[in-house]
Amino acid sequence: MPDSGIAALYWGVTLSMQYLEGRRYVVLAIFTLVGLLFAGRLFYLQVLDDSYKVAADRNTLQRQVQVPYRGQIYDRHDSLLVTNTPVYDLMVVPREVKHLDSTKFCRLMQMPIEDLRLGLKAAKVYSRVKPSPLVQNLSTPEMAAIQDNLIDFPGFRTQARMARAYRTQNLAHALGYVGSITPKLLEAPKYAHYAPGENVGISGLESFYEPVLMGRRGVQYRLVNVRGIDKGAFRGGEFDTLSQAGQDLHLSIDASLQAYGEKLLAGRRGSIVALDPKTGEILCFVSAPHYEPQMLTGKGMGNRYMDLLRNPDRPLFDRPLMATYPPGSVFKLVNELVAMQLGVVGPNTGFECNQKLVHCTHRHEYPANVSIAIKNSCNPYFYQVMRAAVLRGQSPNRFEDARLGLGQWQKMVKTFGLGERLGVDMGHEKRGLIPSPEFYDKLRGYHHWNYKTVYSLSIGQGEIGITGLQMANVLATIANRGYYYAPHFVRGIGATGQPLPQYRERHYTAVDTTLFKYLIPGMQAVVDGRGGTGSFASLAQYGISVAGKTGTVQNAHGPDHSTFAAFAPANDPKIAIVVFIENAGFGGTFAAPAAGLMIEKYLRGKVAPGRQRWENWVEYGVAPTHH
Amino acid sequence: MSPVTTRSSRSLDWPTLLLYLVLVGLGWVAVYAASYSPDAPAHPLSTLPFGELMAFNWFKQLIWIGTAVVLIGILLVVDYKAYDTFAYVLYGVMIVLLLITLVVARPIAGSRSWLEFGPVRLQPAEFAKFTTALAASRFMAGINLRNQNWRDQAVLAGITLLPVALILASNETGQALVFGALLLAYFREGMSPLILLLLAAGGIILLLALLVPKLWLLGGFTVILLAAFALNAKLWRHHLILSISVWVAVVGMVFAVDFFFNNVLHPYQRQRIEMLIDPGKDPLGKGWNVTQSKIALGSGGWLGKGFLNGTQTKFDFVPEQSTDFIFCTVGEEWGWAGCLVVIALYLTLLGRILFVAERQKSVFGRTYGYCVASILFVHFAVNLGMTMGLAPVVGIPLPFFSYGGSSLWSFTILLFSLLALDAHRKQDLLR
Repeated sequence: MPDSGIAALYWGVTLSMQYLEGRRYVVLAIFTLVGLLFAGRLFYLQVLDDSYKVAADRNTLQRQVQVPYRGQIYDRHDSLLVTNTPVYDLMVVPREVKHLDSTKFCRLMQMPIEDLRLGLKAAKVYSRVKPSPLVQNLSTPEMAAIQDNLIDFPGFRTQARMARAYRTQNLAHALGYVGSITPKLLEAPKYAHYAPGENVGISGLESFYEPVLMGRRGVQYRLVNVRGIDKGAFRGGEFDTLSQAGQDLHLSIDASLQAYGEKLLAGRRGSIVALDPKTGEILCFVSAPHYEPQMLTGKGMGNRYMDLLRNPDRPLFDRPLMATYPPGSVFKLVNELVAMQLGVVGPNTGFECNQKLVHCTHRHEYPANVSIAIKNSCNPYFYQVMRAAVLRGQSPNRFEDARLGLGQWQKMVKTFGLGERLGVDMGHEKRGLIPSPEFYDKLRGYHHWNYKTVYSLSIGQGEIGITGLQMANVLATIANRGYYYAPHFVRGIGATGQPLPQYRERHYTAVDTTLFKYLIPGMQAVVDGRGGTGSFASLAQYGISVAGKTGTVQNAHGPDHSTFAAFAPANDPKIAIVVFIENAGFGGTFAAPAAGLMIEKYLRGKVAPGRQRWENWVEYGVAPTHH
Repeated sequence: MSPVTTRSSRSLDWPTLLLYLVLVGLGWVAVYAASYSPDAPAHPLSTLPFGELMAFNWFKQLIWIGTAVVLIGILLVVDYKAYDTFAYVLYGVMIVLLLITLVVARPIAGSRSWLEFGPVRLQPAEFAKFTTALAASRFMAGINLRNQNWRDQAVLAGITLLPVALILASNETGQALVFGALLLAYFREGMSPLILLLLAAGGIILLLALLVPKLWLLGGFTVILLAAFALNAKLWRHHLILSISVWVAVVGMVFAVDFFFNNVLHPYQRQRIEMLIDPGKDPLGKGWNVTQSKIALGSGGWLGKGFLNGTQTKFDFVPEQSTDFIFCTVGEEWGWAGCLVVIALYLTLLGRILFVAERQKSVFGRTYGYCVASILFVHFAVNLGMTMGLAPVVGIPLPFFSYGGSSLWSFTILLFSLLALDAHRKQDLLR
């Protein structure tokens, strides 16, 4: 091989040395070879390799998204709660900035000179010819104050965009807030079509109804030149779409009732949830302490958020949905229903108030029937009710008997929407806990526990956790005599005026609807009976019969929690309400009058002037509950 | 006109003229597309005032083409013997002009090579190719390269290298590089092919020296030599000294390249070579030209995006898009098919020039013909190679295509002075 190659080379050289005329072919061959090389290289670049076409589109195509007008939010009486307002960003185009008097500029903008320096540096890094934001979220008055002077500062201009604006100081926990989408959210498939920096509902209804509120983005494909300057529509706008405004939400919340509830619990920790039992609509959703929704919008939002986060009373904590407490005596109602369904007790069953079994709150008459027991919230009575329900002799082994009985009890209790998410239109709902036999197996060991171990459940104490919303839903179920609609905030979405379909579905419990009526006289007696525990909630003077139940929840964190659950009017319930006030003592003391005021406000539209002493009592009756 | 013109036009080489016209025409269309702006869609039939039209490259190019046609007329009327007679005079004038340029020119884009007369700018280096080709051909006619007369060869080298040195001094590396084309013409007239081979081998080693780490290269080369030796020891024993000296030369060259690259080249020249090797290293900075040029070409596909639809060129992603990178517009808007047509047109023209050169009866004419073909070829090869990322980015135009009066004029002069000689070749025989 080397031989012949070298020989060919040698002869080639020799020949072209000798016959110059032949050299023209050598020259021609060089020309042709280079031509072929180019044709081949171009074939590779232009035909075979697609990456250059992609790169070309990336060069010139700019996708411009038009963010639609975000849907507004109204209360049940169509008063506007949440809307949008223009806010202004101060933009800077570094290349256009000339002879900047930074002292004068910073005085005008009321910003530290260091911020200006850093902002300009960041803008230059981003682009010298495209605008970058220097100060964001200026309000209209703030913008007006600087706009006329901006003419002295070439390269700076304001740019308007829409931000959330609130026409209410209340309901922050339910409304949630809107903010720039976080990198973490961007990774979720649900938010795949969002761009960094775009606004998104971060929590509450803003988050749950994000797709509805957001509307549909308009997309325009624009051609840009090498400096990013717009050069017109791509293919005459063939692929462009128009933006579609977001749909409005009509809440079931009664804004004035909400404001009233927040006022009552101002300075306390706790919650109020009120439902319309006939529909499952949430009328009022108070989480105390509250904050104003506008705190989480506009300039300085980040700082205010951090302040709220650091507050020891945890104002950001959405108590009605996320705080699970033992329900206390209110839970006796559920136990009674379960026991009646199991046939182990009837409305006229009497049990002695035997304080050897469990301590009772006060001395009272013999609980000859369920009404008397409820009225007096007799602990020994309900101890025995639940024992009858759990220990039914299903097994000769007393441990196994308790195990089987508790298992059935747990399944039936869960049909009240307890220990499960109710499916409210909010993302962060907690399940709560209705303990199962397995729970105690794990805690105590298999066949190492019996009714004596779990009896606290009979009076709503112990290893049980229920949210304020779940408790309100139990009251709505009793008010309806046996069924509920999943609680929800939104009664009408956009033009349809309908809630989500799952909120039009009736849920029945494991207890026959015929049995519920036996609770009502006792619950009415709690409020209006002689010596009833919840008499502070009475609205008898207005002819409104309130059916309720007090609760006093022992807890490890100080004084008892005060709770009161009620519905009214007893015969045609229009509102079911649960008031929960942390560390406020006996349920009848503060929670009951608060519930009474709320019911009055809702049913009568106002609170009679003569009852303002109750307002003062609820609001200022005890010293503020700071630790 | 005079009877001379009639005679010369009758015997003018029409295929060459036709190819010239087609290339200039296509070139103008490409320049129009490259300088077309959708914001201000002016066209040749628009009734804009002259002053505003002058803002468009395609309009100025139209004027340049018009003047080139006048130039062709002049070239064909001039007595064909003048090229021979005044070859040295023109050469001398050009050398003086290059010297003046070097002194008076102000730097434009890093080089001092432009003479300015009001709005008109001329680059003497463009015309130096023509005069050097004439002078070299004239000299060639009086010697025989095959005689290995060292004095003749030195004079020829001097004629060639003097303008190269002046142009290099004005920082126009690309233009200087073009003079290498003359070697092809000298080769045709008897220069040893070893010089071409050595240059080619040197080029390959140079490229390898830049691409491959030094030790690998030397190791690999040594292994190849040893392997060849082991395969046929008998043959190689005869050429032992030759083999060793080749090895030494290669080693020396590799180190020389390294030294040259790091210590002699200007930083910008070094960058151009670095970018040729790896444009992806800095796609937004120094590699921008090559990267964008390849994107524009590559996005063309089989048939291109269509006239005026090239986004990369229209929106200024490709720098120098109507001058040095005009071929990007061709590639983007006319696709692979269009590129192939243009390449075929160039090859046909080059082949035709070689044919015309070979039919010259005088050594002067023939050598000059080869010079013309070679100069056009080197422009074609380096310019296209540059747009495709096969050659470093040196600023040399694509003949007849690129926008600009100097280059169009100089290529027109080159080509039509040859056609003028050709038209009179029979008279030359009679002489």
